This record gives sequence, structure tokens and C-alpha cells, in this order.
Amino acid sequence: MKIVVLIKEVPDTWGDRRLNSETGLLDRAGAEPVVDEINERALEVALTYADAQTGTEIVALAIGPASVPTSLRKALGMGADSAVHVLDDALVGADITLTAQVIAAAIKRIGFDLVIAGNVSTDGGGSAIPSMVAELLGVPGATYLNAVEITVDAVTGRRETEAGSFGVKAALPAVISITEALPDARFPNFKGIMAAKKKPFETLSLGDLDITPTEESRSIVLNVTQRPARTAGTVITDEGDAGQQLADFLAKNQLI
Amino acid sequence: MTEFATDSILVLVEVSPSGAVLPSAAGLIGAAAAIGSPVALVVAAPGAGPAAAKAAGEFGATQVLVAERPDAATSLLVPTVDSLAAAAALVSPQAVLLSHSVQGRDVAARFAARTGSALAVDAVGISRDDEGPVVHHSVYGGSYLVDSAASSGAIVLTVRQGAIEARAAATKPTIETLEVPASGMRDVDIVDFEEVVVASSRPELRGAKTVVSGGRGLGSAEKFALVEELADVLGAAVGASRAAVDAGYVPQSHQVGQTGVTVAPQLYIALGISGAIQHRAGMQTAKTIVAINKDANAPIFEIADFGIVGDLFAVVPQLVSAIQSKRK
Repeated sequence: MKIVVLIKEVPDTWGDRRLNSETGLLDRAGAEPVVDEINERALEVALTYADAQTGTEIVALAIGPASVPTSLRKALGMGADSAVHVLDDALVGADITLTAQVIAAAIKRIGFDLVIAGNVSTDGGGSAIPSMVAELLGVPGATYLNAVEITVDAVTGRRETEAGSFGVKAALPAVISITEALPDARFPNFKGIMAAKKKPFETLSLGDLDITPTEESRSIVLNVTQRPARTAGTVITDEGDAGQQLADFLAKNQLI
Repeated sequence: MTEFATDSILVLVEVSPSGAVLPSAAGLIGAAAAIGSPVALVVAAPGAGPAAAKAAGEFGATQVLVAERPDAATSLLVPTVDSLAAAAALVSPQAVLLSHSVQGRDVAARFAARTGSALAVDAVGISRDDEGPVVHHSVYGGSYLVDSAASSGAIVLTVRQGAIEARAAATKPTIETLEVPASGMRDVDIVDFEEVVVASSRPELRGAKTVVSGGRGLGSAEKFALVEELADVLGAAVGASRAAVDAGYVPQSHQVGQTGVTVAPQLYIALGISGAIQHRAGMQTAKTIVAINKDANAPIFEIADFGIVGDLFAVVPQLVSAIQSKRK
């Protein structure tokens, strides 16, 4: 079984995430780039399967700027067998559709039985990539799985939506995305980090994937405005009447 | 054959496998009507189409396309994506609107990938300028407002649930059956389905005017009842921090924040929530924020309009009785 795990580098949610108001692009100086936590859980799903099934090959795939190899090295340290990085200046400001086209082309080149992604990133929050990639690869896409079981020829799981709870099954090859209901990822240990240095690491350009981006049908940013930061209001320490004072505050502001 | 207006906005009305129209349709059709002529698409199992089409009319769609698919209840996404592709080819809309629900995101993603369309996600509004539809987004927990558009072609967008207040007047729509060529795309099978049972009379978290949320400071699932008690006095929805969800006090569907629901109510009351940046990302655009926490250094106080440092088990009961006596 060959499993491709999608890794996205995102600004750390603990940092100050900023957008450049001129370009509409992420200001990378604002917060430390890290592997999005949900991707580590996705990798854990693959590693858990590989622990039980010998002959499983796990490839970590990411697209993004020159800082991305650090994130991919972490995935290798956790136990992925190899890593692929798509790096190309033409991808700066790529919209979701182009991003999905590039990821799908890279997966086709790598080859796969199963693609595992996180359900939603902490920065874009679109959760579109897994389904777009599934469509472009022509395979089933079982997204938002809260529970996953992988067998040699199928993947089953549960998916909660606004309509209800679905039991789902997809024959392989397939794409899945998992939610944070899945277990926390293991930590890379010293042995894993040392071994990671010797694992195959491939860097691809758009030329390698036969993709030439066009300006047609692209989602473009017209305008970015920063909302003024919230400021603290009144803070009181309870001296026995804080509940009453709060009720007065709510009444004065017509909130009750 | 029916004519479609040049300013047609195609709206996918989400229908559950049991044939129920989901409430997100009201805001989608409301948003579409504000910038063009809303054409609704209903994809349902055979026999379920007319009732769903009527419901779409009540939300203000003037034209409804109905695709009845025998596999609508057994195949997860492809019947809907195929129907949307057929509808878009027929209508040639300026924009395609879907809910930013789990199902809506997936259908939008597959449709945009199949047609090579520009995709805009998690929109909080849509307007129009000289060149066509403009999509509004609230990014990084509302820290930034971003406007986007398609460089050419119709834009496909998912709309955040509860973000649109506009509603279109109910109509008696013209209903047309849509012929859908099957793409033959491999899909996920639906093995079983359990409809959501709304056990509570409380409002939906998304779109609620008032939200009362509890965090780790509640201490246990039993004591979380205090959050529900205050919520019921205020007619509020119940939210929670990730810490409270991870501790098992409430189901994940109540989670407010980075990886949960984003809310923007008139009043947000945070009980025993420290206010980690990931939580704030889901609620900081609330009009008024109230926080009660025993830790004076909790970051939630940095954004609270009214903060109380104290024991919530003392303050909240007093608040509840004070509200009740003000109402007498």
C-alpha cells in the first residue's frame, strides 16, 4: 500500500498572523511556520496502519516556499518514508484551484493507493483541497472522517455533517480527510530524526509536473483591510455583587 | 425551454438523504437575491424533489431546477456534483453559491475542480461591482476583511452558515426538471445514515444572537449545566472551548474557535475560558464580550467589554437571579 500524506505549512496559530495589505499575501514574518496540527494527525493515521502492515510506503507531500523542507523533515522524523516538495516561484499567491491542480499532478507522479489529508487548515480554512484533488484524480473522496479503518482494498469511516451522521465506504484508490477527533500524532524521536536525514527527498518544479499557470478563472484578492484590534473594557474583581453588576451592564446595553 | 436571466445566481439547496431541506438555504437564496436572480437547484431521491422545490420557493427562489437521482441517498457527492454541472451549463450563472457546510464545501470543491472555476471559500457576504460579483471574507478570526473575485468566469463560493441576514420574500417558483448526464466518476458509498435529532429547544450556535460558552473552568460535565442554565435564561446558544470539548464536558459540535464554529453574536459570555488565541479566533468579532474567570491574567480579559475576576459558581447564579428579577 502506498499512502501519500498531504502536509501544509501554516503560520503558528499562537503567533501574530498577518496579511500584507499591498499584496493580500501572508506576511511570513508574522508567525513561525509550522506543520498544521491536523496534518500530523493525518500522518499518524498512515503510520498506525504501517505499524500493523509491513510493505506500507508513506510519502509526505507539500507545496510551498523554501521553508517547507523543515516541515517535511519533521514528517520524515515521525516515520514517513520519503518526502516530495513542490517549489516554484510561479506558485506565489496561487489560488485554491491551481493549488489543487499542482497537488493532484504531484500525487499522480508519485503514485498512490490512498491519500490522507487534514479536513481543514488553520489558516485558509477552506477544506476544499481534499475533494478537489479527489475530483482531479478521478477517485472517491471521503472527507471529514471522525473514525477511519483502512483495509487492503477499501477505507471506511464515519462522517458528521449538518444533516446527520454518515457511515461511508470508498474503494481504493481514494482520498480521505480526517478530523481532530483522530488521535494525536507521535513525536519524532532522536533515532527518527537521525534516520530522516538519509531518507529520499525530492524537490519538483511546475515544469516537472507539466503545469503552466494561466490567469484565467483564478480567484483574485481585490482588497485587504485590517480590523482594528479589540481593546479591553471594564474588568472588576468579584466582591460579592459582581453578578448583580453584570446584570446591570447587560440591562444598560439592552442585552437582556 | 425556460430562459434564465443574465444576472442568474445558481444556488445549491442542501437536501439531506431523507429529503429534508437544510436551513442554510434561506441565507444562500437571500444573498443571491440581493445581487441577482436566484435559481435554486435541488438534488433529491426520486419522489422527494417537489417538496424540496416548494421549500426552496418559500426561501425566495423564483426558479427551481429539480434533479431526482436514484443514487442520491446512496452515493455521497457525485450525484450532486453532476447535477450542479448540468445546472451550471444550462443557466450560465454569474456565481454559484453553496453553503460552507461539510457537504457544501465538498460539492463546491469537486465542481470547481471539474470545471476549472475560481473557488472562494467561507464567504461572509457577497456584493456586486461594475465587473461582477465580489466576495467578502473574514480572515484569521476576523482580524482581516478580504474581498475577492474571479479573474474571469463564474465564481464558485461557499457561504459561512449564519453569516447572511438577508432573506428573500417567499415565492411560488417555476419548477423545471433537470436532465443530468452521469459523469461515471467513482464516489463514496453511503453505508448508513442517522438524521440529526434536534433534542434541544436552544438556538443553533451558528447565527445565534447570544452565545454562552463554557471552558475547562467548569470542572466537569455535570457542572457544565451551569452554562446551559444561563444560556436558557438568556435564550442563548451553548458553546464551549476546545479544552471543555477535549475534557468531554460537551460534544464537539459546540466547539467555538479555530477548529470549531466561528460565531459573531450580539453578546458572547465566556465562562471559565482562558481565551487562548485559537478560541478568540472563533468569537472575537462578537459585538459585546463578557468574561468570568478566576484567573485575573486570563487573556480573555484583553478583549472583554466586561470582565469579572471571580468564582463563576458564585457569580453566575447571582447573575441568573438578577436577570430574572429585572424581568419581573
